[in-house]
Order: sequence, then structure tokens, then C-alpha cells
Amino acid sequence: MHTDSRNFLRVQNARVRARRTGIFLGVVLLATVLNGCEMPVDKAAEPEAVGGPALLRRLTESQYRASIADIFSPDVPVVARFEKQLRSEGLIAVGTGEAGMSPFSVEQYDNAALGVAETILSEDRRADFVPCTPEDEQTFDASCAAEFIQRYGPVLFRRPLSDEQKVRYLEVARLGAAELGGFYQGLQYALVGMMTAPQFLLRIEQVQTEKNADGEAKEIQRLDAWSMATRLSYFLTNSTPDAELLRAAAAGELDSADGLARQVDRLIASPAFEAAVRAFFRDMLEFDLFEDLAKDAAIYPAYNSTVAADAQEQTLLDIVELLVEQKGDYRDLFTLSETHLTRALGIIYQQPVAPRKGWQKTQLSYQGDRVGIQSHISFVALHAHPGRSSPSLRGAALRKVFLCQEVPDPPADVDFSAVQDASSEQMPTARHRLAVHNSQPACAGCHKIMDPVGLGLENYDGLGTFRSQENNVRIDASGSLDGIDYENPEGLGQALHDHPETARCAVEKLYRFAVGRDTVWYERDYMDYLINTFASSGYQFPELMRTIALSKNFYAIAEAPESQNHIQMAGVTDPERNPL
Amino acid sequence: MKAITRRGFLRGTMQGAVVGVALPLLNCLLDENGKAYADTGQRLPVRFGTWIWGCGFIPELWIPEQTGNDYQLHGHMAPLQPYRDKLAIFSGFDVKLDGVPNKPHVTGCLGLRTGVPVPDYNVKAPTLDILISDQIADTRFSSIEVSTSGVQRSYSYRDAGSVNPSEVSPLALYRRIFGEGFQDPNAMDFQPDPRYMVHKSVLSATQEERRQLMNSVGAEDRARLDEYFTSIRELEQKLALQLQPPAPVENFVMPDEPPQTSLDSEMENVMENHRLMAGLLARALQCNQTRVFNVLFSDTASTLRRAGHSDTHHTLTHEEPVDPALGHQREVAWFAEKSMIAWREFLDALTAIPEGDGVLLDNCLVLAHSDCSIAKSHAVEGIPAMVAGNAGGRIRTGFHMAGKADPISRIGLTVQQAMGLQVDRWGVLSMETNRTITDLLA
Repeated sequence: MHTDSRNFLRVQNARVRARRTGIFLGVVLLATVLNGCEMPVDKAAEPEAVGGPALLRRLTESQYRASIADIFSPDVPVVARFEKQLRSEGLIAVGTGEAGMSPFSVEQYDNAALGVAETILSEDRRADFVPCTPEDEQTFDASCAAEFIQRYGPVLFRRPLSDEQKVRYLEVARLGAAELGGFYQGLQYALVGMMTAPQFLLRIEQVQTEKNADGEAKEIQRLDAWSMATRLSYFLTNSTPDAELLRAAAAGELDSADGLARQVDRLIASPAFEAAVRAFFRDMLEFDLFEDLAKDAAIYPAYNSTVAADAQEQTLLDIVELLVEQKGDYRDLFTLSETHLTRALGIIYQQPVAPRKGWQKTQLSYQGDRVGIQSHISFVALHAHPGRSSPSLRGAALRKVFLCQEVPDPPADVDFSAVQDASSEQMPTARHRLAVHNSQPACAGCHKIMDPVGLGLENYDGLGTFRSQENNVRIDASGSLDGIDYENPEGLGQALHDHPETARCAVEKLYRFAVGRDTVWYERDYMDYLINTFASSGYQFPELMRTIALSKNFYAIAEAPESQNHIQMAGVTDPERNPL
Repeated sequence: MKAITRRGFLRGTMQGAVVGVALPLLNCLLDENGKAYADTGQRLPVRFGTWIWGCGFIPELWIPEQTGNDYQLHGHMAPLQPYRDKLAIFSGFDVKLDGVPNKPHVTGCLGLRTGVPVPDYNVKAPTLDILISDQIADTRFSSIEVSTSGVQRSYSYRDAGSVNPSEVSPLALYRRIFGEGFQDPNAMDFQPDPRYMVHKSVLSATQEERRQLMNSVGAEDRARLDEYFTSIRELEQKLALQLQPPAPVENFVMPDEPPQTSLDSEMENVMENHRLMAGLLARALQCNQTRVFNVLFSDTASTLRRAGHSDTHHTLTHEEPVDPALGHQREVAWFAEKSMIAWREFLDALTAIPEGDGVLLDNCLVLAHSDCSIAKSHAVEGIPAMVAGNAGGRIRTGFHMAGKADPISRIGLTVQQAMGLQVDRWGVLSMETNRTITDLLA
């Protein structure tokens, strides 16, 4: 009990400290300073697990599609329109733990289920999927139906079916067969039932209650084997647990460090691992925003849906090559001098691309005026206006996406009218125009955080094409990122590479992505452990994912003493959540 | 003739017999007032909708000079002259912030719709369309949301994690409503599809685990699970409707499938998509596919553009200098006027459909509003709002009322009351009100 109350006090004090820190740190930059005051910890070993709440998470669209492809076959079409996904704390993965289920989404899941079931049980395909043949197609065959339900129920629900569930879906199959005059029609609706069940659409995490010597439930619990397998699988493959992982869960192998390590290493070595890395970076880089991205066709005629798709793929190809194939240093993403291009992208990058179709590995720029993924179309076009660039949007996004630093919203009553006349002769470049804007004290505070960084990307227009001049005046792309000065886009890439928050932010976001919630203050020792391990591996990303997947904290469950546990790492608070 | 019970009906159907012959609704079946079916006395349904346009207005070109019944529409409101008597115009009603930071284009819109100002998208109460649809929806869709400027956004929130998403494509909207599962209300013979019955029983089976699952999760997740089960229940009800012959609808004409259109924010494309979606929505309301709708003409931080121009409506509100000769921003005014023309076209679509002795609009209550008054400063004081239609005789229109800085929740409260909700108080802190706008209620 003493330990309990001490822990409790520790948490409370931490919360008070965090709140106070939040008051003084409305502006994010000081976060860097805080990193200097770490407590001495054993850097090699994982600190005692503190855990977080068990979650109820919706499958993301890509997880849903991948799960169907893995359970049935990649060529089974999923016909549904998925709604825009909720982003919370900078990640859709965190939004999955908060998003509701509107009538629209259930309607769409239902459509998808009907379509999949129709394909699976169609005359052409049923032999591939039904593990038995009924006595008579016109009548109900209970044992074959039970076999079918047993074949797909547990993989869809990611745990064994209860007896009630088995009976329920068997009854549906019986009713369907009777009313619709065919055994396979019955199976079709049993499958629709399983695919619209909450156990499939939601990851409902369950806890395995462990007791201490006195027979009381321990303060820190652990997910049960099935929920562990599910967390692990969606984290390392962005899809549902495969047969081997479900087998290991059933056999209790995930309880032992060796058994868990065998599965983790197997999944990391599997081809599906790349999908997980892609899923994380799609989420981190906010590629869902491309759905709403509009570019003015008169100003940027080269922009179209092919460019939008290729631009995302370009960045992901570079990321996968460096991080997964070459096992390179994460920070080198910001100084990469090579890339992959298609012809459609070549037009915008002003680079020749030989193959008519497909990708070519090439220099990102032959003049050395472009390095790193932050200079890609997928970043500079995404964070710009429809008809021009925006140093402020790019600066704010660069800090938020790569450094986990929040920039507050602009005050509601700003007068911009004197400022943004892009054709003005007195103010030919964005730097000139923003200098005027920053003479207003209410604006200057935040623009000092955003603009110097964004101005380092001003050599790329609103779509991403290189330019050395704006309105016939040379663009000055020099600037400073939290004390690191640079002269050009290459220097900005290096500054981002060398920034102490770069690696820390990746760790934080990856962990939030993995667990589907924000990190909490009392996980700071664990976060330090992850960051130190990441550093000592030479910032190898798959190593970091492995460390998380093997850690006890990843599976540890502690109900939060209060629901408001949104205090972020490094004392950075979201001013919108905490107006104080 | 032996009475047909629903159960007996279904049993008959499932044995393969053809049952149910629906006749087209003829005017002779209506009573003399045209408001209700003569034989049953059942009234024509009253529908509720919202219509949002972004970035407010230019006050001197919008607010009528006179208040009361003798008001003149001028400036950007001139296109609405044909609807002068079917509109109630509200100026000078405020979202009261009570110190909540004003998130530009969000706090005003959601404050008006929930009665609770929030500094972000995390609403603290459902939007009023949800309150109303929970009360009145008994149709195939509990509500339909559309966004006409290519932006996937909606301001219909059950709670912060749960938005009713908008359809952005007229073609997708058409297929959702009039495609698979749509029953022509005036079809001469009705044959219920036994697949709907089986499908419905599958969903009912899902409900069996409701209690056990609800007990296995925490309070917040319980609310989310509850929403899932409610959505499933709604789908069951939708399937149940498919098993009954639809009520005949007078003058119903199946709309044509719209063409594939450009889904972007260029003004002419938006106007075209808006016209198409308004027409489809009107038909959907006419044949009782839904009773509640939300139209987002332009997002609150409006992304509307003129072809070939780099600036959006929203950026122009901040960056365009005031034209000294006009006394306002010339380009911004163009978008503000176009928005009112679009609103007129929306009312045209609801008027094009005859219903009873009037038109569909007479049986609607549409609340049109923006997110701010003067977009340049994101002011949430004096957000322009209008109510159109007569809600089947429940409301009075044809006046302009100056709110004199009253909380805008008065409009939301009155609209709910007009739609039959038992509510006498709505909103929080300075937005809390029990002051019905009695001028609006008939």
C-alpha cells in the first residue's frame, strides 16, 4: 500500500508540475530546454511498466482493407466509402480510440460486408473459401455451416468464438438457408453478421487480471493474449493477426519473453512489415489531407490526381528504402539527396524521367538545391495555398509534424489586408511581406516560430517546383531553426537532422501510433528509455519498433486515475486543450 | 376484408406470395386543406434542415434597413425577393464566448449549432440537427449531409468523436438514396425482398451481446459502443421499412442519375454540384427517404475560388484591401452575393416540388446560417441567419428581426420548439436561454 500511495503522489505531483509547466510554456520552443533536466536512469533497461488504459479502437480504413485481404484474398473487392478519419493529438491512430460510429459508417461497413460475402460465396469462388461441401446445396447443412463459421469467426474476431456466438451465427445461416432457399445464401448472411459485429470493426482490448500475493488485483495489469496479439499485429503489419500469431496466443507463448520475441522478429522480417511503416508515415505526414487538397489549375496546370498519388508514393518509397531496406538512420530522411520519381513528378521537379511508366531512382536535384523529404511535393504542396506558397503554413507544419511542437492558432481578429498583396512592388517576396506582418506584436510571437523555418522552403513554389526568384527578386532562403543557422534548403535539412527533438518526436509519435493514445506524463522514463535505445541503435527505425513491441509497457494496462490524461511529453501542452 | 397485420404480411411474403399493391397518391385522397391524407388524417411530414455558407456577409449589403414585416431585401439579398414572405431574417444575434478562445470559423458555427461555444472541434453537446432527428426521424436515413464545394466536412456532430460525414459527389448521393434498396413509392406492385428479412435478423442477433460488451468497457467507450449499437438499430429499422410497401407519394418522379462532375471549390462547379444535390435532396425529402438534412454550401473557412484566381474566398476576406470607392472588399462581395444566389437556388429546388396544396418548402423548416459576421475579424457577434419554409404551418415568416446582441441560441431553441421538441431552455452560461422567438412560432 505504501508503494501505491507513493506512486499516486508521484503521479499527482507530476500532474501539478506538468500543469504549471504548461502555464509557463505556452510557447513551444522552450521544450528543448527541458530536455536538459532528465533524471538519471539506467539507460539500457526498460523502466517498470506504467501502462495506460485498455482501449476501444476502430479499425482504420487501411487496416480494414488489409484485414479483409489477409483473411480472404487480396482480390476480394471492398466496396464502401469510408468517412474521413478523426485525427487527434496529431494522429489518426489516436483518433481511432475516440471516434464514434455514425449511422453512415455502419451503413458503409454493412455495404462492404454484403459485397465481400457475395463474392466469397459466389458460385465461382465458394470452393476457395468454404472448407466443406454440403450434402445438398438447397438445404441447410449444420456441420458444414459450423465448419465455415469456425474457419472465419476466430480470425475475424481475433479471438475464439464463444459458444453463444457459434450458435448465433449458425442460426443465422439456418434462417438464411430456409428463407432464401440455399445453403450458401445462409452462409452469406452469417458472414455479414460476423463482419458487422463490434468484435470485428472495433479492437476491444481485454485485460488479463493478475493478482498479487495477497490475492488482490495488481495495479498494473496486462492485455490478454488475444488483445496482445492484436496490438502487436496491427502495429507491426497494419493488419489482423495471422494464423501463426493466433496459434502462439492460444498456446500462451506470448507470456514468455522468448515466445514474444519469436513472433516480433518473425513479423518484422515479414513482407507485411513494410505496410506498417508506410501506415505510420502516412499518418504522421497527414497524407489524408491530400483528399481535400486543391491547386489552382490556371496557376499549377501540372497538378492532378496522378501527381497527388505519386507525390505520396515518392516519399513513402524513399522512407521504406532508407529505413527498412537499408536500415539507415531515421534522421537522414531530412538530408536524402536521392529519390524516386515518375514522369508526372519529373515535370514538377524539372527532372528528366526515362521510363514512361513506373519509377526511376534519381538525384533529388542536380544543383543540390533540394534535400530531404521535407522538400518533397508531398510536404511543400500539401502545406501551401491553392495558388502560392506559404512560409507560415510550412513552418507550422514542419514543427508540428517533425518536431512535435504545436503552434497556437492565429488570434481571431487579425488584419492581414495590408500584407498579402503578392503583386506588390515594395514587397516582392514572402519574406518582405511577412516582415510587415510581424511588425504587429499579436502576430509576431508565433510568426517568429513558424516563418524562419518556412522561409527556408521558399525556393519551392505552391506546388513544389524550384524557383530562385519571386517577382524578379532573388529569394533569400536563409534562416534559423532553434539556434541552428542555415543559408539554403540543404542547410535547413541538416538543421532538422541535427535537431535534438527530431528523433524524440519520431519516438513519441510512433509510440502514440502503436498504443492509440497520447503518451502520459508518468510514461516519461519509458519514453527516455525508447529514445536512448533508438539513439544507441544508430536511429534504426525497425529497431525502435522492435523495442516497443518487446517492451512490457506496450502491453501494460493501468486505468487512468482521471480521464484527462492529455499532458504531453516534454512539458508541451496543447493550448487549445488547456487554455490556462 | 381481413385486416393485414405486419407479421401476417411478412409471413405471407416469405412464402413467396405477392402481396401489397400500392396506388399512386392522388389529390383526391387528401383532405380539403391538402395538409393531410383524407382517409387517415395523417399529416404531411415536416422536415428540418440546415444550410451553411462560410465567411459571413457584408453587413451593409445584407441586413435589411427595416425590421418587422415591412422589410425590403436589398444588395446581396435581392435575389431572394421571390421568397420574401417565406423567410425570417435574423441579424444581430451573437454567439457569446464567455472567455472561450474564438477558433476562427469554428467556434461561431458550432456555438450556434450546439449552444455551447468551444475553442476547437471538440463539441460539448450535439448539434441541433441531431437533437431534432433523434426526435422525428422515422425514415430510411436518419439524416443526409451534403457538402457542395468538394470539402469532406460536416457540422453535424453527435459528439466530438462522431460526425455525420457529408456526401461530396452528386452521383454518390444519388446512388446512396436512389440506388440499391430504394423503393419507388408509387410502384404498382410491391414485393418485399426476403433478403431484407434475413439481413435484419442478422443485425438483431448482433444486439444480443450489447449488455455484456457494454459492461466490459469504461464509461467513455461505453458511449461509443452505445452509438455503434444505435447505428445498427437504425439499420435494422431501415430494413424493416424495406419490408413494408412504401407510402404512396403524389407527383413523385424518379430523378435521373446525375453525371460525374468536378468536385472542387471553383465557383461554377460548386454552383452546379449544389444545384444537382439540392434537386436530389428535395426528391429524397418528397418520398420520405429522410426528414433531416444538412447542406454545407461552402466550408466555414470558405475554399471557394474563381476560376484562374489563386485566392480563396477565405484568404480574400483577410487579404483583399477595401475598395475605397465601394467601401468594402470587391472580390469578397462577389462570393458573398454568390452564396445568397445559391441559397435562392436551394429554395427553388424545394419549391419545385408540389406537395398537398402547396410546395415541399411549405412543409420544411430550413435554418440557413454562416459561421461569423465579418470574416476579416472572425466576429461571432451578429452572425447572419435565416429561417425558410413554414414547417407545415408551425412557423411564421416574412419578417426581419434585429437581435440587438441577444444570444443566437434563441434561434436554435425556437427552431427545436417549432419542430415539436419539448425543450424550454437551451445553451450554457451567457448562451443559455429560455426566450423563445415568439414572432417565429405560428
